[in-house]
Amino acid sequence: MNLEKVVFGFFIFLALTLNFGFFVGEIDNPAHHHVREFVLLFIVNAVALIMKLGDRSQVDAMLLATGLVAMLQLIGAAIIWILAAHVWESGMTPGVMSSIVSLAGGAMVANVISVVLLVVETVTLRR
Amino acid sequence: MDNIYFLILRRMRKPLLALVVVYSIAVFGLVLIPGRDADGNVWYLGFFHAFYFVSYMATTIGFGELPQEFSDAQRLWTVFCIYASVTVWLYSVGSLIALLQDESLQRALAEGRFAASVRRISTPFFLIVGYGQTGRDLVRALTSERRRAVVIDADRERINGLQLEKLREFVPSLQADAQSPDVLLSGGMRHHKCQAVLALTSSNEVNLKVALAAKLLHPEVTVICRSDSNDISANMLSFDTNYVLNPFEIFAVYLRAALTAHCLTILNDWLGALRDAQLSEPRKPPAGGRWVLCGFGRFGKAVYRELEGLDCELMVIESRPDRTGMPPTAWIHGRGTEAETLEQAGIRDAVGLIAGTDSDANNLSIIMTARAMNPELYLVVRENNMVNEDLFRAVDADIRMHPSLIVANRIRTLLRLPLLSQFFDLARNQDEAWACALVSRVAALLQDSVPEVWEHRIDAEDAPALLDAARDGLKPRLADLLADLRDPGATLPAIALLHQREGRLDLLPEPDTLVQPGDRLLFCGRTWARSRIRWKLVDPDILSNALGQPERAGWLWRQLQSRLPGLR
Repeated sequence: MNLEKVVFGFFIFLALTLNFGFFVGEIDNPAHHHVREFVLLFIVNAVALIMKLGDRSQVDAMLLATGLVAMLQLIGAAIIWILAAHVWESGMTPGVMSSIVSLAGGAMVANVISVVLLVVETVTLRR
Repeated sequence: MDNIYFLILRRMRKPLLALVVVYSIAVFGLVLIPGRDADGNVWYLGFFHAFYFVSYMATTIGFGELPQEFSDAQRLWTVFCIYASVTVWLYSVGSLIALLQDESLQRALAEGRFAASVRRISTPFFLIVGYGQTGRDLVRALTSERRRAVVIDADRERINGLQLEKLREFVPSLQADAQSPDVLLSGGMRHHKCQAVLALTSSNEVNLKVALAAKLLHPEVTVICRSDSNDISANMLSFDTNYVLNPFEIFAVYLRAALTAHCLTILNDWLGALRDAQLSEPRKPPAGGRWVLCGFGRFGKAVYRELEGLDCELMVIESRPDRTGMPPTAWIHGRGTEAETLEQAGIRDAVGLIAGTDSDANNLSIIMTARAMNPELYLVVRENNMVNEDLFRAVDADIRMHPSLIVANRIRTLLRLPLLSQFFDLARNQDEAWACALVSRVAALLQDSVPEVWEHRIDAEDAPALLDAARDGLKPRLADLLADLRDPGATLPAIALLHQREGRLDLLPEPDTLVQPGDRLLFCGRTWARSRIRWKLVDPDILSNALGQPERAGWLWRQLQSRLPGLR
């Protein structure tokens, strides 16, 4: 067993599970989507992205790409959230909430792909 | 080579992770700890404000407590955060900057830039491996004629020197070991515009490897190598290296010619000279008599071989015969720097002396000592290091031999004026009277200035007007090209040295030789004559004037003429 691989897998899976946890619920209901969960999700995604840096196989390149996509979506969501909470006068409307959640949903798709890639790579290694 | 990028990314993981972890802990702490405002109300920092606060705290910018004053509990947490985040910030950013300055990364970046600038070259260029004295001289000469060059050298100092040099063309350069084919490929060895690969390093082995790589990776390219070992030269020639230049051999052949064919040597000096060189008639070397040769190394042996067959007596002085071997004829053990040895060699009744050791100090000393004993001596000196140039100039020997310059000169002729090499090949078969006649013709033409030597190709690019005239049935002769239009009856100060038509070479062509498309002509003469001749080849009106034809109509008029026959 390789401890590095365990940590690597842990963060990639955690990014997906947290993402799912944030995503479920009514899309426009702020009560169903907690800000702390989002921040945690954001941090875990950042860690997962950093862990993906610097490997050189084709699968690793795809993993890095999915990580970048997820991060991009989450940064978009975070900026919208900050603008809604602190800048815009309208505040946190259902419309804003649903766009944040849909961005997070996009990030989740990227995370799902990255988990699938990881699993596929592990399975092909076994053979 | 791409490995380095992955390695750098991999090494960025740890600093980035440390940064993320410490920032996250600090932000979460600030969000969780309650603050209290002036009225005693509890308030919490949002994630946005917490992140904002941590960002300026970690970088020690410190705007103060925003958006309102902190409670003591928050301040306690802030104290912890300051030490943790400032430390991790210094560590992470410090190591990221160190990574960017990593030498192998910088080299990889430099190589990437070099390969990209070579790939962008769209005109013919030469790949020069080795930027020593030969390389530098050659790059200067090539770029001054607007030709492109690419340089690879293993020595950083030399590459830095190249970058400081004021050249007319941009010369991409790389500090790398040319023995690896990767480096040669990024230097454009397979580039379709690569005209020639020149291996000019001081190491024969490196030159051999470069030649080998060039012939394997790009068989059509011309390969020119420097080598001063006979073994390596034979090895290079065995796989079709186009030119192997041994400075000692070249010089020995030159010296032999200088002793036997004086006029041809003058011709060689004049036509092969640099543009800013002084034109002077060298002293005629003595034929026959005793020659003293100091040093029997690579140089001494080459000279010995060439002079052996001539009608002169050779006396060799060598200080370390155990290393160099001994000549079959008489020789003397010693350095030649002291009067006693020279005396033994019979310097007083010798006609010439060749100081050919590999030490500049010894060579200078030999010359000075010998001249004091016999002022009439014809002196030949080998110069090893460019640094001593001024000393050698001051000692004023009859022939100075510098290996690097000899090779550079020969290569320049090969690349610039291929016809000139062929001219000398033919001229060597002519007798001395022929050469002397040509020398006096050139001297009369030039009056002390150095002759310009140039080639004209009669093709669509270099001579469009002549091609048009030939299509119209006119038969321009050489004399028409050389006639001076501003002074009827006079000719331009230029001599046609060689005329080439489909493999047939005509030495000193007659004035009524026809000039036809596909011909190549070699001229020497004044610089302004070159531009006059070129003018005739390019401008149809000037050419028809030279051929005694009426001025040709312009394009528009010709179009009208063909439509409206009445205009003729």
